[in-house]
Amino acid sequence: MTAVHDLKRLLGYLGPYRRDLVLGGLLVLVETAFELVIPVLMADIIDVGVAGRDVAFILRKGVQMGVCALLALVTGLLYARFAARAAYGWGASIRQAQFERIQRYAFSNLDRFETASLVTRMTTDVTVIQNAVNGGLRPLARAPVMLVLGVGLSMWMNARLAVIFLVCTPILAIILFCIVRRVGPMYGPLQRAVDRLNNVVQEGLTAIRAVKAFVRGDYEAEKFAAVNDELTDVSQLTFRTAVLNLPAFQLTMYTATVLLLWFGGNMILSGALQVGELTGVLSYVLQIMNSLMLISNVFLLLTRALASARRILEVLDEEVVLTSPEDGAAEVPDGSVDFEHVSFKYHAGAREYALSGVDLHIPAGQTVGILGGTGSAKTTLVQLIPRLYDATQGTVKVGGRDVREYDLHALRDAVGIVLQKNELFSGTVRENLQWGNPDASDKELWEACRAACADEFLARMPQGLDTDLGQGGVNVSGGQKQRLCIARTLLKRPKVLIFDDSTSAVDTATEASIRAALSALPGVTKLIIAQRVTSVMHTDQIVILDDGRVHAVGTHEELLRRDPIYQEIYASQMKGGGEDGSQAVQR
Amino acid sequence: MAARQFSGKRPQNLGHTLRTLLSYLGRHKLLLLAVAALVTVSALANLLGTYMIRPVVNSLAGGDVRALTLGVAVTAGIYGLGALSSLGYTQIMVRAAQQVLRDIRRDLFDHLQTLPLQFFDTRRHGDVMSYFTNDVDTISDALNNSFAMVIQSFIQVAGTLTLLFLLNWRLSLVVAVCYGAMFGYIRFSGRRSKRYYTRQQAALGELDGYIEEMMAGQKVVKVFNHEAASLEAFREKNEALRRAGTGAQGYAATMVPAVVTISYINYAIVAVLGGIMAIRGTTDVGSLASYLVFVRQAALPINQFTQQSNFLLAALAGAERVFSVMERDGETDEGNTVLVNVKEEGGRLVPCPEKTGRWAWQGPDGSLTPLRGDVRFEHVDFGYEAGRPILKDISLYAEPGQKIAFVGSTGAGKTTITNLINRFYDVQGGRVIYDGIDVRDIKKDDLRRSLGIVLQDTHLFTGTIADNIRFGRLDATQEEIEAAARIASADSFIRRLPQGYDTPVTADGANLSQGQRQLIAIARAAVADPPVLILDEATSSIDTRTEALIEKGMDRLMEGRTVFVIAHRLSTVRNADAILVLEHGQVVERGSHEALLAQKGEYYQLYHGMFELS
Repeated sequence: MTAVHDLKRLLGYLGPYRRDLVLGGLLVLVETAFELVIPVLMADIIDVGVAGRDVAFILRKGVQMGVCALLALVTGLLYARFAARAAYGWGASIRQAQFERIQRYAFSNLDRFETASLVTRMTTDVTVIQNAVNGGLRPLARAPVMLVLGVGLSMWMNARLAVIFLVCTPILAIILFCIVRRVGPMYGPLQRAVDRLNNVVQEGLTAIRAVKAFVRGDYEAEKFAAVNDELTDVSQLTFRTAVLNLPAFQLTMYTATVLLLWFGGNMILSGALQVGELTGVLSYVLQIMNSLMLISNVFLLLTRALASARRILEVLDEEVVLTSPEDGAAEVPDGSVDFEHVSFKYHAGAREYALSGVDLHIPAGQTVGILGGTGSAKTTLVQLIPRLYDATQGTVKVGGRDVREYDLHALRDAVGIVLQKNELFSGTVRENLQWGNPDASDKELWEACRAACADEFLARMPQGLDTDLGQGGVNVSGGQKQRLCIARTLLKRPKVLIFDDSTSAVDTATEASIRAALSALPGVTKLIIAQRVTSVMHTDQIVILDDGRVHAVGTHEELLRRDPIYQEIYASQMKGGGEDGSQAVQR
Repeated sequence: MAARQFSGKRPQNLGHTLRTLLSYLGRHKLLLLAVAALVTVSALANLLGTYMIRPVVNSLAGGDVRALTLGVAVTAGIYGLGALSSLGYTQIMVRAAQQVLRDIRRDLFDHLQTLPLQFFDTRRHGDVMSYFTNDVDTISDALNNSFAMVIQSFIQVAGTLTLLFLLNWRLSLVVAVCYGAMFGYIRFSGRRSKRYYTRQQAALGELDGYIEEMMAGQKVVKVFNHEAASLEAFREKNEALRRAGTGAQGYAATMVPAVVTISYINYAIVAVLGGIMAIRGTTDVGSLASYLVFVRQAALPINQFTQQSNFLLAALAGAERVFSVMERDGETDEGNTVLVNVKEEGGRLVPCPEKTGRWAWQGPDGSLTPLRGDVRFEHVDFGYEAGRPILKDISLYAEPGQKIAFVGSTGAGKTTITNLINRFYDVQGGRVIYDGIDVRDIKKDDLRRSLGIVLQDTHLFTGTIADNIRFGRLDATQEEIEAAARIASADSFIRRLPQGYDTPVTADGANLSQGQRQLIAIARAAVADPPVLILDEATSSIDTRTEALIEKGMDRLMEGRTVFVIAHRLSTVRNADAILVLEHGQVVERGSHEALLAQKGEYYQLYHGMFELS
C-alpha cells in the first residue's frame, strides 16, 4: 500500500528522535502493565480478603495497588517528555526537509506550486502529523495490550462469559474499519480546501492596496465566504463520518454489558459463577471496548496524517529539473555571454516557443542593451544566463563554457541579476543588502549604495542602514526599492550584471548616474533590459527582440539608420521633445 | 514582528477571550442546547445503566429469574437510549462546531478588510495567514473534540459522585477528597500549560511568516545563492517552534498520568476501606462490587476531562491571538458625505437610485454637490513615521478635467500625495479638499469609489484574466471588459493567450510579464470608469511603442476626468495640463511642459538629465 509506504518514508525523518519515540512507546507498555495489575488486586480484595475476613490481606493488597499507581505515574511522566520530544522533533525535521528541498527547486518547479500551498504543507500538514504522534502514540501502544489482556484475563476469569467478547469485539472492529475506510479519502479534499482558503487570504494580503483602492473589501469577503463555506462543508462531511465511531463503540459496549448481565446472572442463579467474577468480567467490558475505540481513533488520526503525508511527500518528491553538475566548474573565467541557437519554452507541453533560434555573442566587459515590446521574451532571455531555467534547445555559454557545466552556486555568484519584481524582505536595509555579500563592511555597503544612488535617501533616514524596511519593503517607495535591489546585486561583484528593467521607477537623472557608476566597473559584462532608448543608447550593442526572436543587433547609430522597430521606438520617445531632445542626442 | 507584540502583552485576559468565544457559541444556541441535552441524556444513561448493575446483581440473591429479566431489559432500554443520544449529539456537534469556525474565520477576514494599511505593513503575510489556519485550528480541535466531552465529563463526575454518596456516603467522602485534589491539580497545571501554548502559537506564527516570505521571494533567494542563509534562519525559527511545542506538549501531557495516578490511589484506598467495611458488615458485597465498578468508571471522565483541558487551553491561546486582531480598531471613517447618482429634474439635481452616469456628493444635511474632480491640498504635512516628514506644507490644486503630472526624484513624495487623496493615510496637518469637501468628511468607500488607481505594484488574483479586469467593476459585461482591454492595448496579447480572456492567472500572474500585468491593471481602472484617475507609474514596465499605442486609449480614458500621473518617463507627462515638480516633500515648480522648460529650473534639468549623462 502506498499510504503505508508514505508513512514509512516520513518516519525516516525521525532521526535522533527515533529513540524518543521508541522509549515513549515502551514506557506506555510498562505503564499499562502496572495499571492492569490493579483490577486483579481489587478482585483479590473482594473474593479472598472479604470472603476470608482477612484485614491484613486487604491492607497488603491496598498498598500493592498504591505502589503500582505510583510506578504508573513515573512511567507516565517520563512518557510525556519523550512523546513530546518525538512529535515536535519529527515535525521540525520534516519541515526542515521540505524547506531544504524547496531551496533546491528550480524556477520551473516553483511555478508549479502556489506559495500559499507550500506554506500550508510546511505548517498545517506537519501539525496534523505531529498531532497524530501526540494523540496516537499512547493509545497505539496501550490499546492492543489492553485489548488482548482484557480478553485474556476475562477468559481466565470465566471462559464461557468471555465468549461474548469474542463475538462483540470483531463486530465493533468491522464497523470501525468501515468508518475509517470511508473517511480516509475525504481528508485529501479537506486539506485542499484549506489550501484554497489560504490562497484567498494570501492574495488579499498581497494586494491589500488594490482591494482598498477599488473598495473591494466586500468582494474579497464574498470570495473568502465562498472558500470558507466550502471548507465548512467539506469539514462537516468528513467529521460527520468520523464521529460515527463514538456511537458505534457505545452501542457495542452496551450490548456486551447487557449480554454479560443476562448470561452472567443466569449462571449465578444456577450457581456456576460468583458475584465477584461477574463484576470483574464486567469491569473488563469498558477496558476492551475502550481500547477498540482508541484504536479506531488512532486510525482516524492516521488516515488524516496520511493525507498530509502525501502532500508533504509531493514537495519532497518534486523532481528538481535543474541541478548542479557534480564536479562542476567552480570558476567562471570571464563575463562573456553566448547564445547558440537557443530556443526555449516554459513547459514541455507548451505550443509555442517563448524564444526561438537566438544567437548572440557578447564579449566580456561589453554593455548590451535589450529592447523589445511587452511580452517579447526579454526577461526569458536573460533568465537563461544564470540558469534560472535551462534552454530547451541550443546552448547558453558564460565565459566560453556551457552554463550547465558550472557548479550552480559558482555560476550564480558570477552572474548578478536584478529581477523585474523587486523583492525586499522584512528586516533592516543592512540585512537586505547583505544578501549580496554577507561579509560586506559598512564601507562596502555604502559604496554599493552610492553606485546605485541609494545613499542619498538612506543618509536622510535617521537609522541609515539599520532602517527597518517593513513587510516586503513597504517602508520605501518603488524607486527606492529598485535602487536597493541594484545595490544588493552590485555587492555580489558579479562578472555578468543583468538589469531586468531595473530602473523603470527611477528618474532619468538618477538612472544616468547609476549608469555612470556601472561603467566604472571594468570587465563586467552588463545586460540592460529597458524601455527607454536613453537607457541603452550608449551601450556597445543593442539587441532588439520581437516575439521571442532576435530582430536586430547593432549600435544606436546603426539601428537608427536601418531598423524600423528601433526607429519607431526612438521616435515615440523623442517626439514632442522638440529640438531640445534631438539636439541633446546630437551632442 | 507580531510575535514581539504578543510576548509583550501579558498577562492576557483569559476571561475575556473565553467570553468572546462563548458569544460565538451563543450564535448557535439551539444546536448547542440540543447537543447539551443529548449529551446529558447520553451521560445519564451511562450512569443509570451502571447503577442498574446493583439491583440486577442483588436480585440474583433472591433467585428470581423474572427480576433478572426485568432488570436486564430496563438496562438494555437505558443503554439503547444512551447510544442513540450519542449518535445525535456527535452529528449535531460537528455541524455546530463547523458553523462556529466558519463564523470566526469570516468575521476575522471581514475585520481584516477594515484594518488600516499600517497593520499590513508591519506584519508578515504568513503570520496573518497563521491566524486563519493554525490558530483557528486550535479552536477547531477544541470544539470538535472537547465541547461535548467536557459537558459529558461534568455530568458523569457529578452524577457518579451523587450515586456514590447514595450507595455509600462514608466511602464517598474519600472519593470526594480525591476529586478535589485532581481538579486543584488540573487548575494549577492548566495555567502554566496555557502560557506554554501561547508561546507555541506565537512561534508558529513567526515561522509561518518567515516561510511565506521566503516562498514568495524564493526566486530572489535563488538568484542570490541565498539558500544556505535562508535555511539557517529557517532552522532557528523551526527550532524555536520545536522547543515551544515540546515544552507545551511535554508539560501538558504530564497532566493525564498525574490524574490517572490520583484516581488509582483513590481506587486502592476505597477498595481497602470498603473491604474492611464489608468484613465488619457495614456494607454488602454486591454493593461494594458495584460501588468499586463506579469508582473505576468515574476515573474515565476525569481522565477525559484532563485530556480535553489541554485542547481547551491550546484553543484559548489560539483564540486569544485571533480575537486580539478582531479587536483592533479599523480605519477611521467618520465621514458622512456620500456619493449618489443624480439626474436633472427641472434644472435641479436630484438623487436617484438608477445609474445615470452622473454623480454628486450628498452631505449629511442632504445638500448635493456635483462630483467634478476638483482636488486641492492646503498646507498639507505628512510623514509615515514621527520625525520623518515626507510632505511639508504642500499646497496644490487640480481643476476638474485637468491632467496633473508629478515628477521629481525618487522618494520626493509623489506616491504619498496620491495616498492622501484616497485616504490610505490621513494628513497630519492642513487638509485635502475634494470638490470643496474635506476628504475626511467623505465616507471612505465612496471617496475611493470615485477614484480609479493604477498602482505601482500590480498584483493579480487567482481566476481568469477577465475576472481580474472585472475587479474594477464587478457588474461589467464581457463587452465592457474587452473594450477596457482595448483601451489598455491589452486585448491583442490576451487574445493570443491559449484561452483568451478565460486564461487562468496563476501564482500572482507568474505566466505574464510585468508589462502585461500593468496593461491588465490599466484595463481594470478603465472598466471602473471613475471620475478621477490616479496613475502611479502605470506604464513603467511597458515598452514605449505599446505605450504609444495605449496613449490614444488613455487619452480617451482621461477625457473629461481629473487625472494624476506619476511617471519618470517624461514622454509620459509631457502633455499634462500642469506638471508639478516635487523635491524633498515640497512643490518647487508648477507649469506646463513648455513653460517649465523655458524656466530652466529643476524640470529643465530633469528633462535634460536623460540625454546629458551617459
